[in-house]
Amino acid sequence: MSVIILLLIASLSVALIFLGAFIWSVRNKQFDDDYAPPRRILFDDKPSTTPTTKTNPTNQ
Amino acid sequence: MDTTIKKDILCSHCGERCPKDPIREEDRVFCCEGCLLVYRLLDSNGLCNYYQLNAHPGINRRMAVRRDKFAFLDDVKIAAGLVSFQNESEVHVQFFLPQIHCSSCLYLLEQLPHLERGVVSSRVDFAAKQVSLILDSKTVSLRKAAELLTSLGYEPYISLKDLGQPKQGVDKGLLLQLGVAGFCFANIMLISFPEYLGLDHSEQAIQRVFRYLNLLFSLPVVFYSARPFYLSAWKGLQHRFLNIDAPIVLAIWVTFIRSIREVVAGSGSGYFDSMAGIVFFMLAGRFLQDRTYRRLSFDRDYRSYFPVAVTVVMPDKATGKESDLIKAMPDIRSGDTLRIFSGELIPADGILTRGKALIDYSFVTGESQPVEKQMGEIVYAGGRQTAAAIEILVVKEVAQSYLTQLWNRKERGGSARNPGGDFSFVHPLSRWFTCIVLAIAAGAAWYWGLRDPGRVWSVVTAVLIVACPCALLLSSTFTNGNLLRILGRHHFYLRNAAVIERVATADHIVFDKTGTLTEARRQEVSYTGEKLTEDQEFLIVTLAAQSSHPLSRMLARRLMEEGRSGAMRGDGSCSILGFRETEGQGVEGFVYGERVALGSLDFIRRMVGDIDKSWGAGGTGTRVYVAIGARAMGCYDISNHYRDGLGELAKAIRGKMPVSVLSGDNNRESKNLQEILGQDTILLFNQTPKGKSRYIEHLQRVGKRVMMIGDGLNDAGALEQSDIGIAVTEDCNNFTPASDAILRADELRRLPVFIRLCQVGKRIILASFILSIFYNLIGLFFAVSGALSPLVAAILMPSSSLTILLVTYSCSNAAARWMRL
Repeated sequence: MSVIILLLIASLSVALIFLGAFIWSVRNKQFDDDYAPPRRILFDDKPSTTPTTKTNPTNQ
Repeated sequence: MDTTIKKDILCSHCGERCPKDPIREEDRVFCCEGCLLVYRLLDSNGLCNYYQLNAHPGINRRMAVRRDKFAFLDDVKIAAGLVSFQNESEVHVQFFLPQIHCSSCLYLLEQLPHLERGVVSSRVDFAAKQVSLILDSKTVSLRKAAELLTSLGYEPYISLKDLGQPKQGVDKGLLLQLGVAGFCFANIMLISFPEYLGLDHSEQAIQRVFRYLNLLFSLPVVFYSARPFYLSAWKGLQHRFLNIDAPIVLAIWVTFIRSIREVVAGSGSGYFDSMAGIVFFMLAGRFLQDRTYRRLSFDRDYRSYFPVAVTVVMPDKATGKESDLIKAMPDIRSGDTLRIFSGELIPADGILTRGKALIDYSFVTGESQPVEKQMGEIVYAGGRQTAAAIEILVVKEVAQSYLTQLWNRKERGGSARNPGGDFSFVHPLSRWFTCIVLAIAAGAAWYWGLRDPGRVWSVVTAVLIVACPCALLLSSTFTNGNLLRILGRHHFYLRNAAVIERVATADHIVFDKTGTLTEARRQEVSYTGEKLTEDQEFLIVTLAAQSSHPLSRMLARRLMEEGRSGAMRGDGSCSILGFRETEGQGVEGFVYGERVALGSLDFIRRMVGDIDKSWGAGGTGTRVYVAIGARAMGCYDISNHYRDGLGELAKAIRGKMPVSVLSGDNNRESKNLQEILGQDTILLFNQTPKGKSRYIEHLQRVGKRVMMIGDGLNDAGALEQSDIGIAVTEDCNNFTPASDAILRADELRRLPVFIRLCQVGKRIILASFILSIFYNLIGLFFAVSGALSPLVAAILMPSSSLTILLVTYSCSNAAARWMRL
């Protein structure tokens, strides 16, 4: 029967890890803004180096 | 697609209709220089992705922002109120940018470091519409950062209220409590299973371990997760009011104590799973109901309207010259001379000492026509200067001005709306419920006391456990939560769930006119008469632009905005000979040698003789007649533009409840309004802000529950006085006065449907409550007969919760769909 106790300890510690992760993520403000992060990941880190149009010098 | 239907050319940057000759650059068109400038800036920095993410993502730049507008950010004291962290090299600051609306905004704002090297990092909180900047304090000042944002069209909104107040975040407590309760509930359920399925006698050691583990898991539920219920129940008791949370707290504790006793004595497994289950479901309902619209502010006061700082003119005694000084608002003293620029709000009552004032008081009085003031006259705080810069001598400090007093009066009076929590029909219902349950418990105790005294304790506790009014609470929180979500989707944002019920029970609607029924910035100008050539229109605009009379200015602005090419040339700067303005009559002058006159019927008739009476006959607004040369040409009809769908709105409300319209304006529009809204509508004109709230008070005294719908600061008193105050706004993020609900202007016509949905919500709550009583009756049957096993409780309670959840959710959704929401 001691194997059940062993399994219980194992499953509970996994569960507690997830509870800890949840508490951390709430404290880390991950639930505050649900719009920006999924879009932010799609943006390129660096803007394209060449302007899309030929800017003529007088515009500058 | 709009472009093909309307054949309008839309600006690539802001998406507004372009004038006839738009500015073209490469394959893009722009409505104005401002938009073009932003495009060039982005293009030269390779940020044109901005335009690919969304069509027309930009913010219109036609209204130029005054150059030194953000000079006040150089003031150390003001800056300190905004900065969240500062050391020698870095400054962390947050700006509120109400213009943020799409992923393009997100993209551009987070690319700020590429535009300005001194911006170290930039991060957008989309929900809060805030950007958090880290600035290199050596190269970029706060002012420069604000000006950079402004140049891109994202003008930071900085109000007095922001200063020196901690930023409010979301309430994370409830989410954590919900998470912990869910975790414990799931684990207790899991651990309880072996016992429900049956354990052998040989496995008693394991049974003990399982039971104690359950006890351990129940501790965070009772002592942490259930805390909102204790708080609410305690608050109710303090006000001598038994709210619905009180019997729930009782049930939680009875269950907990009985379960501990059973576990410690080894007589049973207790009801930990049922208890954790109801706490979890109730928290979930509460979480849904307490959703916060973070970007909305329901509690604005006058401080959010006033500028943070103003320009004070300081006379230098030594040289006799004057210098400008930026002063924070609270430091303004009477005797200071303030310089008010065009478009700025007058922050304190004062005497006009320089310049000609043309003040738009629509903010304070609701009167939409600007008022002209001459030097030496008193100007009141809250007006917006619409002409060139003026100077005023402060006679009353900000805290004592007329507008502030309006607010303070209200604060003193307080609102008698919520004494000790929210009064809802749920609470009296729960009190009845509690009484009946206690009676049943007493009856069962008496019965078992006679037959088998040893079972009294277990029967009484079983009754209290099973009859916990959690289903009642669940039905109201889930229904309300879902309704809030549905209404929010249609841009009707309620402050909290209690407002739903007040919306449902309102029986008199009071509208404000200016800005609520009419569109504040849109006046309709229609022309009847002989057709004008472009050149003639140009003459008219030129003349009208010279005059400071509100009607002339509006006419000039409208014609220019309509982008008629003739009018476009009229910049008002050309010379006019013999310009003459007759007070209250009209203007005349020679424009390019042509005699032009604008004015009232009599004014023009005196000049040219006969006028065709049919001109402007169908119009409802103010008429301005035009004469060119020696001939009368026609007539402009300038009227308020009523929101679309107002007729529908009135038709839907008519017969259901009385409607009143209050207006700060004169009664010029009376006939028109009566026609749109119906003959039985009560119309009251020339109302002061005080008068409005007094009228509502009067209605309340005769027993009406008044719903007030207004928009500006001038309605704030009335909104507060009413049973439910709804602020109508073009843009939900800005300039809504304190209110119970915020409604976006173009959804105003749906108001009857919203009211109807709230009424249906009440019925859904009642229906699901009746359903839950069935579950309770089954449970009570077991409890009274002394046979409530933990297994029965564990099946009965979550299944009743789930049924309630499903019924309320699907009913309210079905109702919404049926109402086409």
